[in-house]
Amino acid sequence: MITDFLLRALLGGIGVALIAGPFGSFVVWRRLAYFGDTLAHSALLGLAFGFLLHINLTLGILVICQFLAILLFFGQRQKQLASDTLLGIFSHGALSLGLVCLAFMEDVRVDLLAYLFGDILAIGTEDLIWIFCGGGLALAGLLWLWKPLLAITVHEDLARVEGIPVDRVNWAFLGLIALTVAVMMKVVGLLLVTSLLIIPAATARRFAGTPESMALLASLIGCLAVCAGLYGSFQWDTPAGPSIVVASCTLFGGSLLLPQRGA
Amino acid sequence: MEPCLSQSANILELEHVDLVRSQRFLLEQVSLQLQPGEILTIIGPNGAGKTTLIRVALGLLPATSGRVYRQAGITVGYMPQRLHIDPTFPLTVKRFLTMTGKPQQSRVLQSLEEVGAAHVLNSPLQTLSGGEMQRVLLAHALLREPHLLVLDEPVQGVDVHGQMELYKLIAGIRDQHRCAILMVSHDLHLVMAATDRVLCLNRHICCSGSPEAVTSDPAYLELFGPQAVGNLAIYTHDRDHRHNSCADCKEGNHDH
Repeated sequence: MITDFLLRALLGGIGVALIAGPFGSFVVWRRLAYFGDTLAHSALLGLAFGFLLHINLTLGILVICQFLAILLFFGQRQKQLASDTLLGIFSHGALSLGLVCLAFMEDVRVDLLAYLFGDILAIGTEDLIWIFCGGGLALAGLLWLWKPLLAITVHEDLARVEGIPVDRVNWAFLGLIALTVAVMMKVVGLLLVTSLLIIPAATARRFAGTPESMALLASLIGCLAVCAGLYGSFQWDTPAGPSIVVASCTLFGGSLLLPQRGA
Repeated sequence: MEPCLSQSANILELEHVDLVRSQRFLLEQVSLQLQPGEILTIIGPNGAGKTTLIRVALGLLPATSGRVYRQAGITVGYMPQRLHIDPTFPLTVKRFLTMTGKPQQSRVLQSLEEVGAAHVLNSPLQTLSGGEMQRVLLAHALLREPHLLVLDEPVQGVDVHGQMELYKLIAGIRDQHRCAILMVSHDLHLVMAATDRVLCLNRHICCSGSPEAVTSDPAYLELFGPQAVGNLAIYTHDRDHRHNSCADCKEGNHDH
């Protein structure tokens, strides 16, 4: 009954949701939502880069995302511009530059909507490998950095005094976020990547008593949203990526009706 | 930054430290020495560079010139001014205290008891009052069994009565743990009983010495204005209610 493409979509979506839970939790704790958006917006530029060099397109996106993460890391050390202004410049600059670059490539025809909003039903085996290997790598890295990252999230200077190499950990974390964003692109598209990071995490917050339980719960809620979204998309013939986001918003809304843990 | 090996018995030593940012001196020719078991308090008006000085002493900020010695091999406990923890971050006091290092459960409770905050062990950090938060931060610093305790405005956000209690607690900690303490305060009178020496900072060192000596130092009076002569916060409060002009306040105070 279940068709191949639907199975691949389900696998890809669940893989992405599992990765998004822990990363999304950190994005919420450290207020990096706009940062994630900026990375995602550079994806079109990465696409153009991939076409230009004739390399794997996901690899192209990954390279540009990493590059932007490095730029932002240094950009945020200057004090001339507020960080949201800086992110705004990079975010919209990268998106527009990507569109302009693609327009220059006359022999390239891109299904823009698929990149903006995701094309989960077109996920191929290669995409699945990217999601599970790339995502697995990102998760393993995050697990390795977990304790120092938590300490840095509480207070950077305090972590430094206690001997944590704060800059190196932050650096590695941004690299992992860039990897996550690049991997998530296929499922929800560059405009909706951040939503899959933050909405399940925000939903999980109400029921979590520890950072770990919040991350785990966010993954599970994300999986639920993917399943519900795909089902809805199949049932009512709606676009899959946005359906998943609508499903996670519905879960978030529903969670507000349940009693909050502890408080 | 690796702590440098100090030649002297001082646990912390700053020698002619300058810190320049955008061609402005944030710290100018600051020198200080701290011996094991000694409490040194830095006081000064807002923007005097107190927190900057502490960050330089901790090695968080590199000095533009001058030298910073921390005795090799010492453990430093640091209490920042405040934590900005996002409300979405589920973190209990217990988890916060066991986050770095591997303190035993009994030690965690013991350190909370020592600062009088055992009742918040399982509370989320975001629900603590100002005073409870300061006590938890102090317990966190103590868990490292530090040789040097660095406290940035340890009584911030606490009412006057609570401030006196906290300073008493800090003085007791020194006696109990035999650690040196470097702390920042904006009020000399409340901290007087708890400190051995005071260093009055306004980008450069205005004066230093015992709390009694500093209160009568002309440089201190100039920096804080004559109202600093008043002994308690109540005093200032009382004067405010006479609705005098500022010039009148100063004149009135000269009588003391």
